[in-house]
Amino acid sequence: MQPVLEIINLRKSFGTELVIDDLSLEVPVHTATALIGASGSGKSTLLRCINLLESIDDGRIKLDGIEISDPEIDQDEIRRKLGMVFQSFNLFPHMTVRENIELSPIKVQKKSREEAHQIADQLLKRFDLLDKAEQYPDRLSGGQQQRVAIIRSLAVNPRVLLLDEVTSALDPVLVNEVLSIVRDLKGDGMTMILATHEMGFATQVADQVCYLESGKIIERGTPSQVIENPTHPKTRDFINRVHQAGRL
Amino acid sequence: MASNSSWSPSSRELERRIARRRISRRQITIAALSSLLVIGALILATLSSPGWEVVKKTFFDIDYGKEVLPTVLKGIWLNLKLTVIGSICIGAIALALAILRTTKSAALTPFRFLAAAYTDIFRGVPLLLVILLVGFGVPALQLKAITSNVTILGSIAVILTYSAYVSEVIRSGILSIHPSQKSAARSLGLSSAQTMRYVVLPQALRRVIPPLLNDFVSLLKDTGLVSILGVIDAIRAAQINSSRTFNYTPYVVAAILFLLITIPLTRYTDKAIRGTYSRQNAEGAI
Repeated sequence: MQPVLEIINLRKSFGTELVIDDLSLEVPVHTATALIGASGSGKSTLLRCINLLESIDDGRIKLDGIEISDPEIDQDEIRRKLGMVFQSFNLFPHMTVRENIELSPIKVQKKSREEAHQIADQLLKRFDLLDKAEQYPDRLSGGQQQRVAIIRSLAVNPRVLLLDEVTSALDPVLVNEVLSIVRDLKGDGMTMILATHEMGFATQVADQVCYLESGKIIERGTPSQVIENPTHPKTRDFINRVHQAGRL
Repeated sequence: MASNSSWSPSSRELERRIARRRISRRQITIAALSSLLVIGALILATLSSPGWEVVKKTFFDIDYGKEVLPTVLKGIWLNLKLTVIGSICIGAIALALAILRTTKSAALTPFRFLAAAYTDIFRGVPLLLVILLVGFGVPALQLKAITSNVTILGSIAVILTYSAYVSEVIRSGILSIHPSQKSAARSLGLSSAQTMRYVVLPQALRRVIPPLLNDFVSLLKDTGLVSILGVIDAIRAAQINSSRTFNYTPYVVAAILFLLITIPLTRYTDKAIRGTYSRQNAEGAI
């Protein structure tokens, strides 16, 4: 079966610093791919490249077989198909929760106000945030803000969801409410790529795990292969350090 | 939330409250006495100085002030009108300039360049010079299609200059919005124009309201500069009167009228600035 997302020999540098180095990856439909690795290993940059927020230096990115790294392509149309959730939430502070969620359905997908309302209500109800619909983001806890950010990206019904360290800015007790949404989405069959520091969570939810270092995939396989029984010395070293930090 | 109903202050707290009240009473007394002393001394020194009578007659002639008040009042009404009409035009032009200078659209490249040149020129040339150039220069062309009404020409000069100032304020507001807001908007599929319209501009404008209020106050004062063209605004009206009598009370009347408008405005601006800062700090605390 054709993978939803295909990354072929991707290369990206910022100035003289090579951030993604000849990286290839396939993401099959309805699967979750976890990107693990130290800060600066290229996880976030990879996600930003996929979402066309960064221009790439070489290689190709394909979505459903169509090359989206083609400069002639309608980038706005592609980005709509790729939901992205950020470490720092990035909710629009001047809009209520509801307005944040309905913005893209109304302005981009040209849905009617009622239709957008329905979508927002349905998602807010499902993730237990309906009572916050008319609040502004600064009245919400970090966990609630991140849940709204996830709902906002779901409202446009994306083909793939890109999650960039969505729990890194959260209090440990708030991490779970966000992770449980991601688990639910996985249950729905949402295709996801998640950059994460939560090894336990990656083990639970991911179908494949990629260990990144210096912009390369060092090791790739199922969670039990990469996280529990890593074979590459670099992966083993990383997993050991995570163990020592008590984060597994 | 814990219930507070069963709590009553301890005896130590009651003692503290009495002490606090005593201290604050003492401080109010000290503040009142020292104010009375200093201000009283200043008034006394002014009134008893040998030149006071002359000063009073030349600057603070109350009867003469009452006599010229209607003409000066009519003049400041013109200043106010020019300020209101001007600020609407300035807002529109400045917004367009600021957006032009912060977009990357290829088609707009020449306009981006022109907008940069425009702001550089009009921020750099003294307003008075622009007023003279437009107010006296344009009628000298004797073009049929263009008005020679100095009030309109003077206002155009003020609008030209202030649009450049204000566009820079708005542009700084646009640039102050964190790029992550743009990333979020673009990742939802919004075009760059939609991102500007729905995400960046609303936040940017809110942020620059206090500095814009400052510019509004300056604009009101600077509309007085069109008097150089012979437009009878508050300043010109005062000038006509005082040059007739060699008494400067009309100027003081004009100054007081300006202050009556500008002081409440600047106070309000200060409040708005304080509000913005405390809000921003609150955001940082989360």
